[in-house]
Amino acid sequence: MSAQTLLLDWLKSRLAPDAFAWLEEKAALLATGAPEKTVSIAFSTSLRYSGKAPLGLGSADLQTAAAAIPGWNPSDWTCDQAARIFLLTCLPADAASARIMDRLYETADVGEALALQKALAVLPNPDGHMARAREAIRSNIKAVFEAIALRNPYPAALFDEVGWNQMVVKTFFVESPVNEITGIDRRVNPPLARMLSDLAHERWAAGRAFSPQLWRCVGPCADDRGLEDLKKVLSLDAPAEKRAAVLALASCPNPRAALILQAEPALAAAARAGSLTWENI
Amino acid sequence: MANEPRPSNRLRKLIDPHIHMVSRTTDDYQAMANAGVVAVIEPAFWTGQPRTEIGTFKDYFSCLVGFERFRASQFGIKHYCTIGLNSKEANNEALAEEVIELLPRFAGKEGVVAIGEIGYDEMTKAEEKFFRIQLELAKEMDLPVMIHTPHRNKKVGTSRSMDVCMEHGIPPSKVVIDHNNEETCKEVLDRGFWAAFTIYPKTKMGNKRMVEIAKHYGSDRVIVDSSADWGISDALAVPKTADLMIASGLSEAAVHAMCYANALAAYGQSGQMKESDWLDASAIDRTREFEGNSLLRGGGPETAEDSRIIE
Repeated sequence: MSAQTLLLDWLKSRLAPDAFAWLEEKAALLATGAPEKTVSIAFSTSLRYSGKAPLGLGSADLQTAAAAIPGWNPSDWTCDQAARIFLLTCLPADAASARIMDRLYETADVGEALALQKALAVLPNPDGHMARAREAIRSNIKAVFEAIALRNPYPAALFDEVGWNQMVVKTFFVESPVNEITGIDRRVNPPLARMLSDLAHERWAAGRAFSPQLWRCVGPCADDRGLEDLKKVLSLDAPAEKRAAVLALASCPNPRAALILQAEPALAAAARAGSLTWENI
Repeated sequence: MANEPRPSNRLRKLIDPHIHMVSRTTDDYQAMANAGVVAVIEPAFWTGQPRTEIGTFKDYFSCLVGFERFRASQFGIKHYCTIGLNSKEANNEALAEEVIELLPRFAGKEGVVAIGEIGYDEMTKAEEKFFRIQLELAKEMDLPVMIHTPHRNKKVGTSRSMDVCMEHGIPPSKVVIDHNNEETCKEVLDRGFWAAFTIYPKTKMGNKRMVEIAKHYGSDRVIVDSSADWGISDALAVPKTADLMIASGLSEAAVHAMCYANALAAYGQSGQMKESDWLDASAIDRTREFEGNSLLRGGGPETAEDSRIIE
């Protein structure tokens, strides 16, 4: 089933009949290449028909979503987002529509900006939306940043290494939950590990705390300095940090990592057995 | 500390229905929140320096519905706005035509509570033309109107603003006439419009004078605002006026009407501003705030116990 069909299905059971009829009417207009002003006003005013209640999808619906589009996770979507994203999926799948969406984004209020970013999970012609996705990584509205960075398959699938690394480092910087980045472990790379190690040193120098999830992206690519960092973190009197260091070292192919891990045999065994994970550190 | 909320401020709720927050600092937001301000309306206006390009208008309107709204939310203040072409810049006719084309893209957005501030500056033909076009837009969008009355030739300009609204068939109950003084308010109230007063040092209304007006005319359809902007103005004008009103013997109910409830009733007609917007909002948590960002990372302006220390 297509994302468009699923969205329509979910909205049908959640919207009042007249609101749903309004949405279907606008969808038909947009599908035939309506003037940009019509698209813009429909996109803005759809909130009045959809409301902002959580979509509240159950686990079966979420499974259907992930089966339809790999990595699609609309668990935190609201009705206004679903309605707006449905409208966007009705636009012709071409470069002209992508430009219209860029202009919608330029004048977006916060709610609209969130919808435009979350839409990237499902929109056809994904390459056409790259500039807008990268722009959201630069946003200093945290909710907008999180709409692209968290629970969204677009960055892992399409960002180049520079874009991906900036996004991951900023996630730590603004203290968003890193474990909610789709594909976080798949896209680890040595430059990212070095940037995060630098960030850790910066925070230590300033006496500021940071999420121990940081070591998750350092471990698999740790160089000598990274291993020294992990050795230090392993010796800290801080349970979450210690467990993070164990997991990071366990993920490191360098034989030195296994030697360092010998200092914590019980935790290392738990990591190998899968009872200690990044979700429960 | 100076910004510590006084016990009474934790209970009272105030609205500043006219303030240009793009010109104000986070210190102002902090002080306003501490003084009991729960919501603000930021009218689209000029920004001191005349604009010469349509793009600067577009980005300004986008800021009102985007970044500024979110900036306010970090302090637990709900931010609304009005959208419109101000009278002063209506005199650049070629540019004004482009702005008018842009307005419908913004007027239907969430939290846009009126078309405004519009009206007259010098009462030129161009101002008249774009004033009327925007009154029609307000009708089309079913939105209230916020009228900026002119500084010069104020009394005539105020009367004429109301005449033009009536000509376009807009009911007085949907129009707020702003920047009133002792000379204009009787006609505004007699004709059934909302009468807003701007407590702005030296040029508009002082709060002692405001107390006298409230004693004379009562609180019905009277609204107090600050219009604080980039000039010498006071972001705490509404709380200070509310304090002075209470100290001068006006009733709590009257002050509540003038400094909160009347603005909510007038602009609530847009369907875009409801008391539940701030009453139901969960307590501000600076690390998990829905529209939070990095501005307050590190704990905000008041974490250090010793105010000389910056952490």
